[in-house]
Amino acid sequence: MKDQYRLVEFNLNGKDVSCMVDCRASLTDMLRNDYRLTSVKKGCEVGECGACNVLIDGECFNSCIYLAVWARGKKIRTLESLLGPNGELSDIQQAFVDETAVQCGFCTPGFVMTAVEILESGKVYTDDELRKLLSGHLCRCTGYENILRAVKKTMYKRNGLEWKEDN
Amino acid sequence: MYDMKELYEAFSVEEAVKLRVEHPEAQVIAGGSDVLVQMREGKRAGKELISIYLVDELRGIRIDEEENIRIGSLTSFSHITKDPIIQKYINVLGEAVDQVGGPQIRNIGTIGGNTCNGVTSADSSSTLHAWEAVVELTGPEGVRRLPIKDFYIKAGTVDIREGEIQTAILIPKASYENTYGYYWKYAMRNAMDIATTGCSVNVRLSPDKKTIERARIAYGVAAPVPVRAPHAEAVANGAPVSEETVGKFALAVLEDINPRDSWRAGKAFRQHISVEMARRCLRASILRAGGAF
Repeated sequence: MKDQYRLVEFNLNGKDVSCMVDCRASLTDMLRNDYRLTSVKKGCEVGECGACNVLIDGECFNSCIYLAVWARGKKIRTLESLLGPNGELSDIQQAFVDETAVQCGFCTPGFVMTAVEILESGKVYTDDELRKLLSGHLCRCTGYENILRAVKKTMYKRNGLEWKEDN
Repeated sequence: MYDMKELYEAFSVEEAVKLRVEHPEAQVIAGGSDVLVQMREGKRAGKELISIYLVDELRGIRIDEEENIRIGSLTSFSHITKDPIIQKYINVLGEAVDQVGGPQIRNIGTIGGNTCNGVTSADSSSTLHAWEAVVELTGPEGVRRLPIKDFYIKAGTVDIREGEIQTAILIPKASYENTYGYYWKYAMRNAMDIATTGCSVNVRLSPDKKTIERARIAYGVAAPVPVRAPHAEAVANGAPVSEETVGKFALAVLEDINPRDSWRAGKAFRQHISVEMARRCLRASILRAGGAF
């Protein structure tokens, strides 16, 4: 193969970066191997489980079925971008902790990034809408209810709505 | 790492056509949610790829000079669903593609890829058949347009000739004007599943809303490629809006469809649900068009 390595310039977690990347690599491969962003999990690698989910220009994508060279000119965000300067958790991450929406944790970064897209839309969704928005992720531990509550609680908080236990 | 022999990248339609001419053996990749998965499975391993994903001129929806709704082939499913033109004139297409896979798949999946696969179960294709969409292809000799029913040749094979790429899907004004539709996807799960059968119906009612002026119906997974049901349409065209018409229309689809037995569902089951889907979709379309029973 000629030109096996190609120059890709993009914005990663708010910083402009460039990388000579193997054109056969997936975005998961590049984020994990070249940038050590290990929140991006290798799960099914066929776009079904959502463990490798990242935000590209504000929308969720399974990075396992996204070629690394397609990062050109994009704004890419991973879970690592959510932490505060001293490693503080963001509100949505703290909600996952508070609601016990985590067991083994493998699906969590993917879920949290989808939650970020949901929360940043500024809209208030119904439970049915939230379930549909979260449906691109598989969790084999929690049974999803706690995850739904964590997202919903944060959505209520950010929109200044009062949270009641029977919401 | 994907097992590809070579990756050619196009950034404009012109470059894509040039690469198609230079590398006739190479597989075109748009969003890649089929091609990359098949490559991982080994089916397309070791192949050359032509990536058109970064050809941004193929994205977006607008009304063109001939008043067609023009959907660029790389427009993602989620952008189709959110688009105001789609919501105003052909909302059912937005609803249909909102049932593809899950949210991430709807962000990467493109309407061009969904149709160029030639797969009968594609959620967009039954609606595009029912609305008599026109496929636009661009090749070395220029632009070629053909009705979507002629675009599908057989399961997995579509009419894309040497050097061509699909550049747009068009919905003609005569097709979308004053027309309302409904899509039903029957699948085992709500997310991340492929349709057992999909049915798309649309109607245009007379000004007094008492008569069906035009009814169109198409199925996915009722035959090797998406198909219309002309017998059923003939029953409904010109008929009064009534439960009786809906019932006759639904039963008539059995003369047109030819579903198969597969591991997903048996032929008899698919026939059974096809009748019920036709009934529900026609009813819902009539209600959306302002009709009443």
